[in-house]
Amino acid sequence: MSVREPIHRFLAAARRAGVRISTAEAIDAFAALDLVGFADRTTVRDTLGIVLAKTDDDRRRFERAFDAYFAADGSAFAPSEDSAVESDAIAEATRRSELARMLIDEDLAGIVLALHRASEAVDLQHVRIFTQINPYARRILEAMGIAELDDAIGYLRGSQATGAAAAARFLEQRRRALAERARDMVERRLGAYAEAERDRLHDAFLRDVRLTNVDRRDVDRMRTLVRAMARRLATRYGRRRRRARRGQLDARHTIRRNVGHDGIPFTIVWKRRKIEKPRVIALCDVSGSVAPIAHFLLLFLYTLNEAVSGLRSFAFSSDLIEVSTILERETIDDATAQIMRTLGFRSSDYGRSLATFADGWMDVVDRKTTVVILGDGRSNYGNPRADVIKAMYERAHRVVWLNPEYPSSWGTADSEMWRYAAHCHVATVCNRLSDLERAISGLLR
Amino acid sequence: MRSIDAVESGLASAGYIASRPIATAVYLAEHLGKPILVEGPAGVGKTDLANATARFLGLPLIRLQCYDGLDESKALYEWKYGKQLLYTQILKDTLGATLADAGGLDGALERLHGFSDLFFSEQFLEPRPLLRALQAENGAVLLIDEIDKAEAEFEAFLLEVLSDFAVTVPEIGTIAAVVPPLVVLTSNDTRDLGDALKRRCLHLHIDFPDARLEERIVAVRVPDVDARLRTRLVAFVQHVRTLELKKVPSISETIDWARALLLLHANELGPDIVRDTLNVLLKFEIDVAAVTKQLPALLRAADPEAGAA
Repeated sequence: MSVREPIHRFLAAARRAGVRISTAEAIDAFAALDLVGFADRTTVRDTLGIVLAKTDDDRRRFERAFDAYFAADGSAFAPSEDSAVESDAIAEATRRSELARMLIDEDLAGIVLALHRASEAVDLQHVRIFTQINPYARRILEAMGIAELDDAIGYLRGSQATGAAAAARFLEQRRRALAERARDMVERRLGAYAEAERDRLHDAFLRDVRLTNVDRRDVDRMRTLVRAMARRLATRYGRRRRRARRGQLDARHTIRRNVGHDGIPFTIVWKRRKIEKPRVIALCDVSGSVAPIAHFLLLFLYTLNEAVSGLRSFAFSSDLIEVSTILERETIDDATAQIMRTLGFRSSDYGRSLATFADGWMDVVDRKTTVVILGDGRSNYGNPRADVIKAMYERAHRVVWLNPEYPSSWGTADSEMWRYAAHCHVATVCNRLSDLERAISGLLR
Repeated sequence: MRSIDAVESGLASAGYIASRPIATAVYLAEHLGKPILVEGPAGVGKTDLANATARFLGLPLIRLQCYDGLDESKALYEWKYGKQLLYTQILKDTLGATLADAGGLDGALERLHGFSDLFFSEQFLEPRPLLRALQAENGAVLLIDEIDKAEAEFEAFLLEVLSDFAVTVPEIGTIAAVVPPLVVLTSNDTRDLGDALKRRCLHLHIDFPDARLEERIVAVRVPDVDARLRTRLVAFVQHVRTLELKKVPSISETIDWARALLLLHANELGPDIVRDTLNVLLKFEIDVAAVTKQLPALLRAADPEAGAA
């Protein structure tokens, strides 16, 4: 068995723990390990990290997996002073059990290798729940030849030879340490495999839970998800695309292209123009009726603002203010706190807020602007001023309304949603993170 | 480059204190012939790593700064079209004499085909950084700085250079590297890089160093600064990094600050001198304000002996 086998098995384990490793990368990993050798654990860890991980997240996940997999397996078998003396009885014991020989010779590498081999033989990678720990540990010990070891210990106990009793005691003590090791190993594997799976499930669940129902303890995790999502969107969106536009001659390229024709322009080159990034204007309702999700919406705006240039954001409840500069200057917590302090939890007045927008900023809205409104459209029976939305609709590239309520409750009681929806390019439900991602990614296309 | 330790001490002799993973990455890059993709916050010495490696190996450093709109004519090669124009002029002048005795159009054409086509040849090729790195006689260190600033298309175009160390010029053919250069790419993570590019690279993440490493770095870069003050100022910076700031100070700022303190003959980290020089360390007004507010606490934390400073 080569020294590579444990690495092979570790790569398989790392894949299951959520690190993406292609075959080519595995080959690179072995080439790299051949270079640096296997002598030093930290070097092996650094090397594999450098070759295999592709992002910082990857690297962290990888290092966790490595530590869980290759925790210092041999530490419990550190050489001791009361090593057994050589004798015929001991020779007989080591003949009966290979494991006994390794324990007496303190063949650390052999023991660790045997542990890994045994764990492979019993399919340890399938361990999923904690009740499996004891059975797996027992099976690993069996695969390592614990029965022969017990036989050897029994023989030593019965023997009258000098040092046999001491050797028996020594082996018993080592046997206990070995059992502990096996158990630890199963527990660690359980940690390594099960953790990634649990996180994946949990994240998938959070993406689809209604924002109004998010548990307090999940808020932090949710924040991470929102940030990751906004970042992903910004990346996709930030890619500028080129588009040819006929009409303007590119003199420099034309000359260059036609040098071969003595400068006579056979081939004409036109200037290419980059598409301007569309401008986004976001209006976010932070009134009492949407308070539970307002935090997330603001968080989302904040993150998007970090990533996308030319985003102007407004918050409104009883009136509307521009919050672009607050989002720009303050830290995320201060910004949301400040906005919520100024406007939050008041009853909403869509009419007044929209009127304020129309007076102050309508001229910002032009053919390239996308307007996103996040709100429930409940105006407390005031004048809804749907005409402002209509004006936006006529001026803007797109008007998108994201409503946390379901269409079945649109238009009930004080909801003016249907009147607004009539003047939106898109009016849709947005009550989950996955909804939000879908809506925004559609709009940034 | 015999061992990782040799790389570590070699980089140290070039004035770069490398952590173990950094030295490992450079060692692997040299021996596996793979580019290193260095990521991490601004100012932790990503670009400097390439500089130091070049100094250490005694190779020229060829730098390609990426930006939005960078294309192959600026990164790879360009035809010297001024010269090409002149060449056609000369050709026109001499053509008459050369072809005079050819006898008829067919003969002239026949002879024309016989001439070697110099128009698109290496003589008229103006090498840009990537091609220069491939043509370097004894190898080179190629630094592709801030690859995330270039467009996604440019990445695709880099793939050939990075995996085969060759470029293809349509008119001439493939030009392969004389000696494969050691390639260092840096990224500030302003956008996610493509998987194809990442797959070809070794990935090295440089983070802010811990206090011990940072002290060693400051000791090498600003040797004149007093050891006690060095410990204090590094501890102070380390504490500042734990605050929620718009831009936390990086190593280069620590070094600048140490230089500033040296210049002002400060040998104590008193509240006044810190307040006066804080703008060396922090680049935003609100950050300066935030740190000033917490200055006494930070100084106490950085200075365990002093008690209430």
